[in-house]
Amino acid sequence: MDRRKFISRTAASSAFVGLGGLSMNSCHNSSSKHITILHTNDVHSHIDPFPTNHSAYPNLGGLARRATMVDQIRKENPNTLLFDAGDIFQGTPYFNFYGGELEFKLMSILKYDAATIGNHDFDNGLDGLAAQLPYAKFDFLSANYDFTNTLMEGHVKPYKVYHVNGIKVGVFGLGIELAGLVTKRLYQETVYLDPIEIAQEISLTLKEEEKCDLIICLSHLGYQYQNPLKPDDLKLAASTENIDLIIGGHTHTFLDRPTITNNRKNQQMLVNQVGCFGINLGRIDFYFDDGKQSASEGVSIKV
Amino acid sequence: MDLKNKHFVIIVTCVIFLACKESVPKLRDIEGQRVQVNYSATPKDSIENFIAPYRNRINQVLDSVLAFAPKAISKTDGSLNTTAGNLMSDIVMQEVNPVFNARTGKKIDFVLLNFGSIRSVISAGNITERTAYEVMPFENSVVVAELDGKAIRAMVSFLIKSTVAHPISGIQIIVDKNKSLQAVNIQGQPFDENRTYFVATSDYLVTGGDKMDFFKDYISLTDSDYLIRNTMVDYFKKMDTITAFEDDRFITVD
Repeated sequence: MDRRKFISRTAASSAFVGLGGLSMNSCHNSSSKHITILHTNDVHSHIDPFPTNHSAYPNLGGLARRATMVDQIRKENPNTLLFDAGDIFQGTPYFNFYGGELEFKLMSILKYDAATIGNHDFDNGLDGLAAQLPYAKFDFLSANYDFTNTLMEGHVKPYKVYHVNGIKVGVFGLGIELAGLVTKRLYQETVYLDPIEIAQEISLTLKEEEKCDLIICLSHLGYQYQNPLKPDDLKLAASTENIDLIIGGHTHTFLDRPTITNNRKNQQMLVNQVGCFGINLGRIDFYFDDGKQSASEGVSIKV
Repeated sequence: MDLKNKHFVIIVTCVIFLACKESVPKLRDIEGQRVQVNYSATPKDSIENFIAPYRNRINQVLDSVLAFAPKAISKTDGSLNTTAGNLMSDIVMQEVNPVFNARTGKKIDFVLLNFGSIRSVISAGNITERTAYEVMPFENSVVVAELDGKAIRAMVSFLIKSTVAHPISGIQIIVDKNKSLQAVNIQGQPFDENRTYFVATSDYLVTGGDKMDFFKDYISLTDSDYLIRNTMVDYFKKMDTITAFEDDRFITVD
């Protein structure tokens, strides 16, 4: 971040030195843009930090700390979006006692922009999930769960385009197959559709029709499975195009850093997942220019 | 600034303005990192205050001591049967049987739960309602499935092939060292393939969870409306000391 500020300040101070500097910078200043994406996954009702004597995660996590961190990052860059990749529910008595009310209320206070739906978000049934919706002031995105004729109909969008500082950020959600994982009585008439086919369609829509500059998938499919037939984030990445970032969940995978992988057009993109229980916050910064400095076509990725 | 320069600046500005207006944002750089949520971030006061009443109520309910465990009870301290698995399935048998009997006049023959649903060790020391939440955080309830001999046989094969010790109570399975079945006893009697059995289990398993497909062909199904967690809480309330042992309910013989 500091390197970047340094470069932009240096450029600004040399703006009047020569014509080259002037023309480069007038455009650069008007259209150089920075979008920060923050994300969590599989928080599983972990509102308090782990106890200091916890064997695996001593004194880690905690929603009030996450709130401070999100505030600081938003102060640094107001053009920040905050997402969750599902399994908000289940894992502490906060869920058993209050059914997800506190989770949704707190995520609303933290100004989450959207979440996708994980398998455990069905744990109190569709009626249990629907009952908590009034407390959620953020979007639920899922493109491959068809909620027609269920209580959730009309409360979940396949995707949403967020306009942030002139950048169009298209975000869509994907959920894991429910049969065999979630009791039918809980998900009822929810229909699971092939996530990879849906992702191919939606990412094209976001690119061509919605003209998005940045495309993000919130996925609760899981990072990677050996079974070639079981969809995961890496298979999703390899069989689609136009997606810049897959924010994953479900497998509680603690990636040290986002994975750089290739899409089906051999273009680099990112897959990330930050473990579980609110122990980490994922942060991806995207820097745009006006497309005039066509020195190179590629995107530089630093992780 | 002379006139010539002024014109020049105006023209350049116009060109730049037009050029900028036509520009399309182009992604150039991406930076990604994982930020740990730890002590270095001060908890936000307003959030803490918001959580406090919810937390206080939970602690009030969960932290009252119900019983005492002299030794840790774990699902990984045995191979074919474990202390935690035996405790859980025995609790389900003891607490749910009277409910099932009152509703149907029948008795539970045996219990089968799944290894994965035991989510925590019971540490040595005081047992509270919180312990029950840690071991069984899920809102699963006990159901009783009536299964025929064929389904029971499939179940026994499943349990023998399984790499983890699924909790059982009321049934005994004996295999040899090649994992070949030697005997199955239910309520102390040899398994009779020609009759049906009442198997208490979790609603999660009977609806396709953990690939226990033999439950799909149940002859009848009775809801107990009894949460597995509540069977534990009720049991802990009755007992002063909680102990559990590995035994001969699932063993290998030479």
